[in-house]
Amino acid sequence: MNYKRPKADVVIIGLGWSGSTMAEELTRAGLNVVAIERGAWRDTTTSFPTTRNPDELSGSVRKDILQAPVTETYTVRNKANQTALPLRKFNNLTLGNNVGGAGTHWAGASWRWQAFDHQPYTRVMERYGAKQLVDGLILQDWGVTYDDLEPFYDRFEKIAGTSGTAGVINGAKQPGGNPFEGSRTSLYPTPALERTRANLLFSEAATRLGYHPFPVPSAMIGAPYTNALGLNLAPCTYCGYCQLYGCGNWSKSSPNICILPVLMQRPNFTVVTESEVIRINTTPDKKMATGVTFVDSNGNIGEQPADIVITATFTLDNTRLLLLSGISMPYDFASGQGVVGRGFTFQTLSWGFMFFENEYLNPFMNTGALATQIDDFNGDNFDHTGMGFIGGAGIQSLCNQGLPIGMAGLVPEGSPQWGKGWKQAFQKGYQNYAQIQGQGTNFAHREQFLDLDPTYKDRFGQPLLRITFDYNENDRRSGRFVRDKCVEIAREMGARQVWGDSFPDRPYSGYRLWDSSHVQGGVVMGEDPKTSVQNRYQQNWDIPNLFVIGASSFPNNAGYNPTIVVGATTLWTAKAIRDLYLRNPGPLVRV
Amino acid sequence: MKRRDIIKGGLMLMATSTLASIYKPACSKTFVGGSGLWKAEPPPPLMVVDSSRLVYLTEAEAKLVGAVFDVLIPHDELGIGATEAGCVTFLDHQLAGPYGAAAKDYRLGPVVEGLPQQGPQSIATPAELYRTGLVELRHAAQAKFGKSFLDLSEDQKIDFMKGIETGDIPFETLKSNEFFSMLLQNVREGYLADPMYGGNRDMTGWKLIGFPGAIYDYRDWMVSQRGKKIDVEPVSLLSRA
Amino acid sequence: MARFLLRNTLGACVRGGVALSVAALFANAAQAQDASAGTGIEHGRYLAIASDCVACHTASGGKPFAGGLDLNTPFGIITTSNITSDKATGIGSWTFQQFDAAVRHGKGANGNLYPAMPYTSYVKMTDSDVADLWAYMRTVPPVSQKVVENKLPFPYNIRSALVAWNLLFFDKKPFTPDSTKSAAVNRGAYLVEVLEHCGICHTPKSILGHDSSATYQGTSLQGWHAPDLTNNDHTGLGTWSAKDIETYLRSGTNRHTASSGPMTEVIVNSTQHLTDADLQAIAAYFKALPARTVDVPRPLPATNAQMAAGKREFVVQCSACHTSNGLGVANMIPTLQSNPAINAKSPDSLLNILLMGTSGPATVANPTGAAMPGFAWKLHDDQIASVLTYIRNSQDNAAPAVLAADVAKARKALNAQQTVWH
Repeated sequence: MNYKRPKADVVIIGLGWSGSTMAEELTRAGLNVVAIERGAWRDTTTSFPTTRNPDELSGSVRKDILQAPVTETYTVRNKANQTALPLRKFNNLTLGNNVGGAGTHWAGASWRWQAFDHQPYTRVMERYGAKQLVDGLILQDWGVTYDDLEPFYDRFEKIAGTSGTAGVINGAKQPGGNPFEGSRTSLYPTPALERTRANLLFSEAATRLGYHPFPVPSAMIGAPYTNALGLNLAPCTYCGYCQLYGCGNWSKSSPNICILPVLMQRPNFTVVTESEVIRINTTPDKKMATGVTFVDSNGNIGEQPADIVITATFTLDNTRLLLLSGISMPYDFASGQGVVGRGFTFQTLSWGFMFFENEYLNPFMNTGALATQIDDFNGDNFDHTGMGFIGGAGIQSLCNQGLPIGMAGLVPEGSPQWGKGWKQAFQKGYQNYAQIQGQGTNFAHREQFLDLDPTYKDRFGQPLLRITFDYNENDRRSGRFVRDKCVEIAREMGARQVWGDSFPDRPYSGYRLWDSSHVQGGVVMGEDPKTSVQNRYQQNWDIPNLFVIGASSFPNNAGYNPTIVVGATTLWTAKAIRDLYLRNPGPLVRV
Repeated sequence: MKRRDIIKGGLMLMATSTLASIYKPACSKTFVGGSGLWKAEPPPPLMVVDSSRLVYLTEAEAKLVGAVFDVLIPHDELGIGATEAGCVTFLDHQLAGPYGAAAKDYRLGPVVEGLPQQGPQSIATPAELYRTGLVELRHAAQAKFGKSFLDLSEDQKIDFMKGIETGDIPFETLKSNEFFSMLLQNVREGYLADPMYGGNRDMTGWKLIGFPGAIYDYRDWMVSQRGKKIDVEPVSLLSRA
Repeated sequence: MARFLLRNTLGACVRGGVALSVAALFANAAQAQDASAGTGIEHGRYLAIASDCVACHTASGGKPFAGGLDLNTPFGIITTSNITSDKATGIGSWTFQQFDAAVRHGKGANGNLYPAMPYTSYVKMTDSDVADLWAYMRTVPPVSQKVVENKLPFPYNIRSALVAWNLLFFDKKPFTPDSTKSAAVNRGAYLVEVLEHCGICHTPKSILGHDSSATYQGTSLQGWHAPDLTNNDHTGLGTWSAKDIETYLRSGTNRHTASSGPMTEVIVNSTQHLTDADLQAIAAYFKALPARTVDVPRPLPATNAQMAAGKREFVVQCSACHTSNGLGVANMIPTLQSNPAINAKSPDSLLNILLMGTSGPATVANPTGAAMPGFAWKLHDDQIASVLTYIRNSQDNAAPAVLAADVAKARKALNAQQTVWH
């Protein structure tokens, strides 16, 4: 059966962080908003109760909370001359499958990105010139700067209740915080979390080496907090069932606890769940979007007309929806022309792994983003002259895992993985394992892109999205540099056994243990329609009533996690819609 | 309420991961702000698996996989072995549920062998892989030693499993080293998952490493016990404190 | 608001029923703020909210005011009537006199109303308020829904018996302000005694269902204990400031606690929509009640076997939310320390909450809606008894022990599920 829902002012595709943030802004402005969400409704007490949440098997092992590949997956290849094959099993792309999206199960690292990360082209040209860029690298500014975004970063942190220690307030350095961070206008809403033993060892070692450790800002709430929308959050309990779990304790910022209860008080808000948008509809001349078409869980095809269409799905699906809908020009690898699917980035991870001799690190006491970091080698915080690369990494003592199945393979090098020897090694290793993660930048490259797969289809017969990605030379150079820093600190921490790894030394895989889930770009924002899909307000250059929001808009990745930037850019766009677009519907930037 | 109805109905006999396959998921719903009606559908209830009978494996398969598991996690002075801990029961129930059916995998074709970094492309399910893999394992042991795996000495079993692990002892219809990876992952799951799933009897796996189990609050220990040995009797989701 | 105390708690769903009507009827708080003082239809709408008519006169999932909700009274099931303006099945053909007779005097079209209808409270409503309420009710859109007969067993099904009940217990005196009290306290008295009819739940009833003299001392009804509202520190509102009362009724939460059970619905449907002045008046009224002393038992010693077992369960099951010292989180998760509801002699509400969980209050003032999951499936009777006994005798609380048999009885009465493990 096909049906048409009554026209809405705004339809939002996907109700994760960006969709629910946008919905809150626009319903508060009085607009009638309908959200279409692929996953089911979830609420804290019913869906993630403390009474059953501490269960590693259903959580991080079977990944019950995630969207499964059977629903939709991606095909992957390293190079354009290879055949892409589907990611058939759960992999490192951890999509949400519920109202709240990945914002329900995320690990919670809550970063503002630096001024450099929003204007990398200008900054690199000013400091080093074009010679610093490896062949094929694509570097471009966002069209929006850190200073533009600061009020929105501030607001979003006050929605999320972010915990942390401020490093720079109104230009003045603060003790204990990140001296490299962009200047803040206010403190973090809640204080930083307690540190683990591993965090402290890292902190002491980094300080001895002359670096500047600080607590990573986190979605795990540091103290009871009433957020900007009047919702109450409770302090984190360090239970360790965090990443890949919904929080049962109102302690992890998520759309479910930070936004949705407010939306559900508003009669001008509606969400249709378990319905997948398969196409953005446009007028025949593709000058205006007219709404969306979706399939509900009974297989009925529905249409939701709207005056404004906002696409707020997972990064990769934002790109895919534009491609499936024939909106804007797809990127063509051969010619380098086109924009949709261009500027795809991942994350460059490097590691220092270590085993101590007689520690009690008690790894079970942790949260998803319990980390102490140095930014001395992140972004452009150090002089890259003569180093042959740009960017770097946040280098952190990350304490986000202590659950036994996940740690069962973590035994000192040379120890058996099974048998009597494994039992002995695991018993000791469990308390003595620590890691330093270098979470590194990845810049766009002409050989990294997204398009529609010619072979593999989803359950509705629509083409899957194809990822063509391998680390570029910039990543290999920065990765090794960062790995060596991780190892240096690990040794200084006094571990008995230390070794490092730089993931770009091997081909990209969607399955590598400990790898990142962060993907960006494909629908990037920018200053030039030839190199971006949308303008600085995340408004489509061709279709002024279409806004695609989320990390798909980011022309590059930073040495940080993307969520808070997604929130801030969403609020920035919401303000533009409210204050500029509604008054005068049409392009907000004229070329 | 739906949850109560389900619970009352007494339908649910197995643990979650098994249940999800027979639990009818919620369907498309429209939630309107201001209606006050926005509670989620409760997840399927948790249960302790029934260890009194096999639900997927045959008796012979259970015996063989138990013997293999006991090589991977043996009984020793650090604690009981895999079979005693219930890992076979665990596996049996997992294979009977959505995990065994690869219910969440993308299984559309074409099936093409790719590069290692492209990940597994086989669409065989874990349940199918155990059925064929155990036959292959039995044949491989018979071919190598001229007797059943069950009758090998401990050292022979260990040597044999090393050969499976490396792939030096090949199977005919699947990769022996990939089958080994699945065996190792599943036996660890059984030994270390919550006991309600059938394994980790008496929380033996958790006691091995000092993991406290189903605890949701460490605030009091974060600072006071930092870097210290914590002696604590673990708790299961379904047990007395 | 008597709805949930009176009705069969097993029948319909508490969670689903909460706030089915708030937005539909009363779009925003500002509207209410204007209406409280005026006259006419808007004032009538405000009175309908304050009197929480919709709570009983709406079936679960049904149209507002169309009736059809089964109230399970101690005497049997009473089905509420359709009070929409529908001429055939509602009260659309009624006169004002008929309406007044029903609301204030308990006389319906077919004879006396059962006192589940709080006409014993509404009798004190002023003439002009009844007129305004009527003006509003005439604007409620007609819903054609024929409500079935009451299903009371003999002898309660004989409406004429109510004549005798009314003769014995129906105090028809109109509301008279107490000139020795402030205007706020008198306004509070009118709201509490007349409109919100708080005593229906919070005042113990005699065997024949009329109010006893233990006004607001708390009582158990249908699986819940409506707590003591008198001024005493142990089980009553003694430790709550006027501001605490006001905040609680506006938001469902305050620095001490969060609402649960039927009170959540009262707050969501009714009190959150009252004006600040009216909430302050209610608070002033309760704080002006005379102080009352209650017997405080000696807490059980920590060496008690139940106390020791309960403490272990508390650490594992409760501390994540309520914190290990029981302090909870203000405006969200109740503090267990010196908590009068925990000290109540009757553990009915505690058993209900622990077995079934609660639905959190989600109000305009505090939309959080933090709730508690049920433990029936997870904890055995003795575990629940121990942990409740521990909470009731630690953290500056003192109350009688809860026995496994009490839990078993509650489990049965609430139709809670059995524990899933042995």
